[in-house]
Amino acid sequence: MRISHVLPVALTTMLAFSSSPAASAEKTLTVYTYESFVSDWGPGPKIEAAFEAECNCDLKWVGVADGVALLNRLKLEGEKARAGVVLGLDTNLVTEAKNTGLFEPHGLETKSVSVPGGFSDTVFIPYDYSHFAVVYDSEAISAPPASLKDLVEGDPRDKIVIQDPRTSTPGLGLLLWMKSVYGDDAKAAWEKLSKRVLTVTPGWSEAYGLFTSGEAPMVLSYTTSPAYHMVAEETDRYQAAEFAEGHYLQIEVAGLLAHAPEKELARQFLSFMMTPGFQNEIPTNNWMMPVAATSIDLPEAFSTLVSPQKSFLYSPEDAAENRAAWIDEWLDAMSR
Amino acid sequence: MTQPPAIMFDRVVYGIGDLRAEFSFQRHPGSVTAILGPSGAGKSTLLNLAAGFLVPDSGVICMDGRSINGLPPSGRGVSIVFQDNNLFAHLDIRTNIGLGLDPALRLDQPAWSTVDKALERVGLAGFGRRMPGTLSGGERQRVALARAFARRRPLLLLDEPFDGLGPGLAADMLGLMLEIRAEVGATVLMVTHDPDEARAAADQILFIAKGRIAADAPSDGFFERRDLPELDAYLGSTGET
Amino acid sequence: MLTRTEHRAARAAGLAALLCIGLALAVPVLVLVAQGAGTGLSASQGEYLLRITRFTLMQAGLSTILSLATAVPLARALARRPAFPGRRWLINLFAVPLGLPPLVAALGLIEVWGRNGIANKGLGLLGVETPFSIYGLSGILIAHVFFNLPLAVRFILPGLERLPPEYWKTAANLGMGGLSLFRLIEWPAMRQSAAGAAGLVFMLCATSFTLVLVLGGGPAATTLEVAIYQALRFDFDPGRALMLAAIQVGLTLAVMLGLKLISAPSKPGDTKGGSTSRPDAPHGLHALPDAVLIGVAGVFVGAPMVAVIISGLQADLSRLLADPQFWRAATTSLSIGVAAALLSVLLAGLLVRARYSAADRSASPALGLLSALSGAASSLTLLVPPVVLGAGWFLMLGGGVGQMLAPLAVIVTVNALMALPFVMRVIEPAHLSAMQRNGRLSLSLGITGFSRLWQIDIPALRLPLVTGFVFAVALSLGDLGAIALFGSDRIVTLPWLLYQKLGSYRTSDAAGLALLLGGLTMGLMLAADRLGNRNGTTGQ
Repeated sequence: MRISHVLPVALTTMLAFSSSPAASAEKTLTVYTYESFVSDWGPGPKIEAAFEAECNCDLKWVGVADGVALLNRLKLEGEKARAGVVLGLDTNLVTEAKNTGLFEPHGLETKSVSVPGGFSDTVFIPYDYSHFAVVYDSEAISAPPASLKDLVEGDPRDKIVIQDPRTSTPGLGLLLWMKSVYGDDAKAAWEKLSKRVLTVTPGWSEAYGLFTSGEAPMVLSYTTSPAYHMVAEETDRYQAAEFAEGHYLQIEVAGLLAHAPEKELARQFLSFMMTPGFQNEIPTNNWMMPVAATSIDLPEAFSTLVSPQKSFLYSPEDAAENRAAWIDEWLDAMSR
Repeated sequence: MTQPPAIMFDRVVYGIGDLRAEFSFQRHPGSVTAILGPSGAGKSTLLNLAAGFLVPDSGVICMDGRSINGLPPSGRGVSIVFQDNNLFAHLDIRTNIGLGLDPALRLDQPAWSTVDKALERVGLAGFGRRMPGTLSGGERQRVALARAFARRRPLLLLDEPFDGLGPGLAADMLGLMLEIRAEVGATVLMVTHDPDEARAAADQILFIAKGRIAADAPSDGFFERRDLPELDAYLGSTGET
Repeated sequence: MLTRTEHRAARAAGLAALLCIGLALAVPVLVLVAQGAGTGLSASQGEYLLRITRFTLMQAGLSTILSLATAVPLARALARRPAFPGRRWLINLFAVPLGLPPLVAALGLIEVWGRNGIANKGLGLLGVETPFSIYGLSGILIAHVFFNLPLAVRFILPGLERLPPEYWKTAANLGMGGLSLFRLIEWPAMRQSAAGAAGLVFMLCATSFTLVLVLGGGPAATTLEVAIYQALRFDFDPGRALMLAAIQVGLTLAVMLGLKLISAPSKPGDTKGGSTSRPDAPHGLHALPDAVLIGVAGVFVGAPMVAVIISGLQADLSRLLADPQFWRAATTSLSIGVAAALLSVLLAGLLVRARYSAADRSASPALGLLSALSGAASSLTLLVPPVVLGAGWFLMLGGGVGQMLAPLAVIVTVNALMALPFVMRVIEPAHLSAMQRNGRLSLSLGITGFSRLWQIDIPALRLPLVTGFVFAVALSLGDLGAIALFGSDRIVTLPWLLYQKLGSYRTSDAAGLALLLGGLTMGLMLAADRLGNRNGTTGQ
C-alpha cells in the first residue's frame, strides 16, 4: 500500500536531481567521447571553456570507457542518442560507424587538417593522432622489449596491462598491430602474450592508472605518453619502447550525428576542432599529436619521443570487415 | 592404614566468580562417598577438579599417594558419569562404549567382546547397534555405567547420575552401580541431592556449603545430626521435594 | 488461526505476489529466448562458451574448497577456544563481509593484495621474487574466500557450540584428542552445516559478478555472469547473451537440485545450549596452532576493511561531499534502495501470509502447491541471477536508452527480488510465532480482516518488518549487477559512480567513495543485526 505513495516520490526526486541544471535559454551541445578526454587533467574542460567563449552555448561532455564502447553505445541507442557530435572513434571504426547510418557528412572544408597517410573523409574529421606503443617503467624494467616479437616471447613475470578490443581503441589497435605483424599466426602469438598480461581493462585510463600506480611495469599506450611525464611531472622514468617491426598508427576522429538536436552548433564545434583553440590543448592535455596548426609550440619533450620508422594502418574497410572475426579469435586465444 | 588414600585433596583452592572453594579430604580405596550440599555450593566444582576439567589455583590432588595435578583428564585413572549426555548421540552404543577402551577406536576382536560383555553386564545385551536416541533415559545411563565398567578405572565420579529417573529406577541403577563398583574395586565420589540415595549407597558423606567442606563423616546417623545449621537448612529445603 | 475471509484474502494476495514475481522472472527470460533464437554460433564462439563455463565452475569449485577447507578448522579452533579476549568482536567482524558491497571489498583487497600492497611487500621481504597477482584466478579466489570464509564459519560454528558440554568433558575423560575427536565428534556435528555452507558458497561464487568484473583480468578469467554483461555491453550480441544465460540458469538449477539432495532435513538433537568450557582442548603451547589460525583469519578478513578505512580517510572527503554528483548518486541509490526494500518486504509479507494460510489447513493439493511455490519463490530469484534478469529487461527496453522510469523500475524490481530470500527468512518465523500468540485471541475477540491486520498483526511484526527492510536497503545500496547494464550518465548509483571512478583511475575519489558507501551499508547492516537480535530472529 505504502509503496504506491513512496515510489512516485522517489522517482520524482531522482528526476529532479538528474535533469540538467542549465535550463536557461542557452543552446546545449552534447558530445559523446571517451573517459580520459573529459577527465580533470584531460583536454575536455579547457576545450569546453574555449568553445563556450565563442558559441554562446553550453557544451556538455558525456564520457564512456573508451572509443569502441562509444560505438557500442551508439549502436544501442540508435536514433535516440541525444548527442550532436561523437568524438573519439578512430579510423579502424569509421566504416562500421558509417554503416550504422547515424552519421551524416559534415560538409566542412578540412584542408587545414593533415595526418600521416593523409586520411580524408566526408563524414569523419581527424582531430589528433599518435602511434601505439608499449610504455614501460624504467625503474622496474631494465631491458624493455625491442620488438613486438620480444614482447610476445619475453619473460611472463614482467607483466603488461592491455585494453579490451571490444571496448577500447588502443585494445583494438594492438589487435590490429599483432595482425599486421603476425598475420595468420596472430592467434598463437596472443596465446603466448596472454601469459604476460596482468589484466585486460575496458578502457585506456584504467590501464594507465594501474601502470602508474605500479601494478604492472608495462602498459599499452602511445609513443606520445612519455611526454606527459616529462612535461607535467618532469621525469623521464616512463618511456615508450621502440619496436623494430614498426608501430600501428591511430588517427582519432569526430563526426556529426544525423539526428543532432542542434545540428548547426554541432557543425560549429567540428569547425572549431580544426582551429588552434582546440588543437592547442591536444599535445599537452590529450598527449597526442595535433592534426592542424597550433598557436603555441610543441614542448621540447616531444622531440625526444620515439618516432616510428614504419607505420601500420589497416584501411577502414578491411578493419570493419574483419573486426568481429578477429575479436572472436582474440577471445578464443586469450581465454585459454 | 599403611595403604595410601585412593584420592586425597590437600588444601585444593579454586576460585570462580565470587565463590572461592577450598577442599581438603581423603578417601580409602573402595569407599563410596556421597557429596551433598545446596546448589551452587561447589559440589560439581569438586568433581571437576578431581576429573581434571578444572585446574586448581593451589593445593595438591593425589591418587594412591601420587600428585595428579599435572595429568590430563584421560591420564588420571578416572571414569565419570553425568546426569545426561553421557553418550554421543550420533554414534551407536557399541561405539560409545568402545571409545572408553580406545579413544581413537582402534579396537581388536577381544576388545569388542569386552564391549559386548559390558553391555551384557548392565542387562542390555544386543543393544550394541542401536543409537542412543532409541533408548530410554534409564537405558542410556546403563550404557554409561557399562562404559565405566569396561574401562575399569580406580576412581569413579558420578554427577547426579540417577536424577530424573524416578524413584524405582534410580534405586535399581544405584544397586547396579554398587555391584559394578565392587567388581572393579573402584573408589566412588557421587554428587547427589537425594539424602535417601546417599543413605542407601554411601558409607561416607561430604557435606559442602559455600565452597567449604562443612562436614566429613560416616553416613550412619549423619542425617540425624542436629549440630549443623547448614544441614538443617538443606534438609529443610529439600526434604519436601 | 484466520477466518475464512482472511484465508481467502491471504491466498489471493499471495497468488498475486507469486504472479508478479513469476512475471518479473519469466518475461526477461522469454525475451532473451526470443531475441537469441535466430542467432547461431560460430565454432570459436562455441569453444569460448565452453571455456568460460568451465572456468565458472572451476573458480566456484576452488573458491568453495578453499573457503570450506579454512572454515572447518577455523570453526573448530573457535569452538575450542570459547573465551579468549576479542572473540565476540571477531565473530561480529565475520558478519560484516556479507553486507559489504563487493566493489568496496575489491578496493580493499587490491590495497592489501595488489602489487604494492602489504601482502606483496611482505612476500618481497621474505625473498619471493614473483609478486602475487590480485588479477585473474588468484584474485578471484582471494576475494571469494574473503567473502565466504566468514559466512561458512558463521554457518558451521553453531553446530559445534550446540553440542552439550558433557561431550567435551567425556571426550577429555576418555582421552579423545586431535584427529579422533575431529573424526568422531566434531566433524559429524559440522558435516551438515558444512555441506549446506558449501552449497551456498558454490552458488554465490558461480553467480559472482562484481568481483570477477573488477579482478578477473581478461577473457581467461571470465564467468558466465560477466560474459553476459560483456556480450550485451561490449558486443551487443543478444544471441551470445542468450546462450550464456541459458547455461547459467541450467547450471544454477543443477546446483540447487544437488543442494536439495545433500541437505536432507536433520532431526534436532537434545542440546543444552553453548558450552563455556572445553576441558578437552589443550592449553599453553598446544593452543598456539589455534591461536595462529584464528589470528591469521582475523587479519585476512579484517585487513581489507581496515585498508578501505585508511585509504578512505586519506581521500579528500570534504571535496567529495561537496560534489553534487555524489549527492545525486546517493539520492538515487537511497531512493532505489528504499523502493526495492518496500517492494521486497511487501512481497515477502504476502508470501509468508499465504504460506501460513495454506499450511493452516492444507487439505487440497492446490494449497500445498501454493505453499511450496511461495517458499520456492525466494530461491527462484537465486536461480535467475540479477545480470540475467537485467539482460532480459535490457533487451526488452532497447537498452533503456533515453528512458528513466522503466530502467529504474527494473533496477528496483531486480534489487527487491535479490533481497527477497533474506527478508522472508527474517519475517517468516516471526510471523509464525506472532500468529501462534495472537491468533486465537484475535478470533475470540472478533477482531478480523483489515482491522486485525492493522491493529494486531502488523504491529506485532513491526520489528522483523523493519529489520527486513533495513537489510534489503543495505543489499540494494551495494548492488552493481543490475545497474551495470542500465547505468548511464542519467542513472548513477553510488556503486556505479564508484565503478566509474575506478575505471577512470581516480583512486583517491574511489577510496573516499568506498569508505562512504561501505560505512553506509555497514551502518544499515549493523542496525538490521541489532534489530534482528532484539527480535530473536536474525537473517542468518
